[in-house]
Amino acid sequence: MRVTVRLFARLRDIAGAPELAREIGPDATIGSVWRDLARDFPELAPYARSISTAVNADYARMDRAVRDGDEVAFLPPVSGG
Amino acid sequence: MRLLAVGREPLELNTLVAAVTQGSDGAVASFLGVVRNHNAGRSVRYLEYEGYEPLAVKIFDRIAGEARDRWPGVRIAIHHRLGRLQIGEASVAIAAASPHRADAFAACRYAIERVKQIAPIWKHEFFDGGDVWIEGAVANPDDEQARAEAERVACA
Repeated sequence: MRVTVRLFARLRDIAGAPELAREIGPDATIGSVWRDLARDFPELAPYARSISTAVNADYARMDRAVRDGDEVAFLPPVSGG
Repeated sequence: MRLLAVGREPLELNTLVAAVTQGSDGAVASFLGVVRNHNAGRSVRYLEYEGYEPLAVKIFDRIAGEARDRWPGVRIAIHHRLGRLQIGEASVAIAAASPHRADAFAACRYAIERVKQIAPIWKHEFFDGGDVWIEGAVANPDDEQARAEAERVACA
């Protein structure tokens, strides 16, 4: 199973890509996708407490289950306006 | 015209004002956020805005709904621009129409406060000597304390 991870602003710079295809296990959650990602890109780890997360373009919590084909987005603190 | 939008074209406040105003309105309050040439002691050259577009439009819809719940009869338009913006260009335009001016002013102020709290949009600041991503609020639409603070500021 596979999800598309979307990264924005500094998170995108750290990973070097706006979008990544990631393999997930059967009991994957947003949180487990994040932890796998932070293992591959350790500079992401300090954002664990300040990111917001979304699935298929709706805000969702870290414990939300993810399914094959979902789009999972990680959002650093926002600065619009 | 869509009342709620994110895009790369220059913003036109007059279009938003016209789109929200109805015959029963007695007031339209508007807000334009513009790119400033200084920030935190740095000389800013330009900004690049990035956004998660589909979620941003949903969040604008949520903000407009919150405002209507609080100030019944208010109609709101919110447009935010993305991409490279020069000093003095508008990054966000908001118009709020209401039968009464107090509600129009309050709803307009509420909307920009909420945009800053929860819209998935980021500023990349390019200044003399470098660049930096600006990181402000941790976005959580369900944080009632933040929402109440936006309402407090809007009614001050």
